[in-house]
Amino acid sequence: MAKVLVFIDNPGASLKKSSLELLTLARSLGGSTVALNGDLSDGVAATLAEYGVGNILRPSAQDLDDFLVAPKAAYVAAAAEASGAGIVLLDNSPEGKEIAARVGIRLNAGVITDVVAVDGDGTAHKSVLAGSYSTACKATTPVSVLTLKANNVIPEPAPAPTTPETATVDVPAVAAAARITAREQKVASGRPDLTDARIVVAGGRGMDGDFGPVEELADALGAAVGASRAATDAGWISHDAQVGQTGKTVSPQLYISAGISGAIQQKAGMQTSQVIVAVNKDAESPVFEIADFGIIGDVFDVLPQAAAEIKKRKG
Amino acid sequence: MKIVVLVKHVPDAQFDRHLNGAGNTVDRDESILSELDEYALEAALQLAEARGGSKAGNQVIALSMGPSGAVNAVKKALQMGATEGVHVTDDALAGSDAAATSLALAAAVRHLGGVDLVLTGMASTDGETSLVPAQLAERLGLPQVTFASTLEVDGGRLTARRDADTSSETVEAPLPAVVSVTDQINEPRYPNFKGIIAAKRKSITTLSLADIGVDPAQVGFAGSWTSVASAEQRPPRTAGTIITDEGDAGIKLVDFLAAQKLL
Repeated sequence: MAKVLVFIDNPGASLKKSSLELLTLARSLGGSTVALNGDLSDGVAATLAEYGVGNILRPSAQDLDDFLVAPKAAYVAAAAEASGAGIVLLDNSPEGKEIAARVGIRLNAGVITDVVAVDGDGTAHKSVLAGSYSTACKATTPVSVLTLKANNVIPEPAPAPTTPETATVDVPAVAAAARITAREQKVASGRPDLTDARIVVAGGRGMDGDFGPVEELADALGAAVGASRAATDAGWISHDAQVGQTGKTVSPQLYISAGISGAIQQKAGMQTSQVIVAVNKDAESPVFEIADFGIIGDVFDVLPQAAAEIKKRKG
Repeated sequence: MKIVVLVKHVPDAQFDRHLNGAGNTVDRDESILSELDEYALEAALQLAEARGGSKAGNQVIALSMGPSGAVNAVKKALQMGATEGVHVTDDALAGSDAAATSLALAAAVRHLGGVDLVLTGMASTDGETSLVPAQLAERLGLPQVTFASTLEVDGGRLTARRDADTSSETVEAPLPAVVSVTDQINEPRYPNFKGIIAAKRKSITTLSLADIGVDPAQVGFAGSWTSVASAEQRPPRTAGTIITDEGDAGIKLVDFLAAQKLL
């Protein structure tokens, strides 16, 4: 069994579902150590114990958040060396992938992103070319660095909790890094994050400037809101919501596409979703070629009716 | 300023793309300049133009690594306005993963010498890993600014904005630096007739691994730190049930979700 290091960045008061997925996968591969950045709250410490973490490492430096990724990568690489990890696991966020990239160079280790499953021998599975191929790949180096896509592991606490030991890791100096001089928090929507949501409702050109019905259906389902590039470029919704090749790639259990034609750029971002539902007035829309359930109809009739019906059934 | 823009020759995402050969590498027939690299090139051209363009000594060097066809990405960049092109090509490079690619590109940037800024797209549209910009910065020991949606350079410093899910950040770094830009930063120009004619007179330098001082064993399949053991084409998704709304499609949708246990 390999020693596995999991990087968790600024968890706050409780661990995100994607972190629990990392911890569950790590335990299936071997003994796990967590390299934490940020405060270790009581809630997080209790969850780490529940998930069978053997050791918790913390950085000697407190200012990692003041710089872009380079010092975090130096810390994670040092933590991997200190713990003797054969596998380093990170989340698949843009920052997770960048840290992984630099950790790979620091450790002379192969990096594999967008991983959906890992075998006992370290072979990682991922899909490439917009979901058209499933591949099995492996680092050829003693250490491998993997970033795990959300929603592919079911979080499960360990059979018996552990009592993790805590230690400090010296963060090596980094020659040059970009400094973060200002940070504006965005207003929290209260909805799940698009990249790790179990359900996504996405709207496109057909929403004609009004995302109300998309948001209403998303809230009835507890879903995240997504959008096509046409909708974000038109300014109907924040660019953060963009799903597609130049936006976010999502693979939820359910993807509802509303008023989106399904051009290849958009399809590239969502076709690994387990179930696809499409609502569009135009029967010729390419999205109907890949939808499990398609409705030729007006989004302003179908979405509110579905939202009302869900609320009724949920009582 | 001396700006290097990384341009990649990738299969056109509008068509079906394939993996083939023993190493499951991407089939590069029908390839084009990666759409996301056009934003990096536009950003470089705007920085150079704001400083008096090539007449004032500003260089925008389009750099591509890849087989013979990859020179087409460099040519397109020259047509858009890059001042010169560099094509790193060598049979030993075939099969390079991100780590090996960043090694060769770092050597090429060092070989060019005196570079103030390396600009790249946010990801390639084929591998889509986004690993190369960060790995290049780590190898060159330079500050890295990734996913920039704005970019300004004043004297020896750059300022950029990045949007993350929960916050927007303003970042500053001294030059030289490696910067990747998103598709929000600008609207790339189309090559015009004048640009296409002018491109024919611009030089493209071809460099081999020996020219940039890279041992062939460090790149390609041999030098990569990851390998693809198998690749299976997924069956294309097929259409399921399609209905036309007769006033109750919203209810039928909920029935479908309930049957799939998705409520």
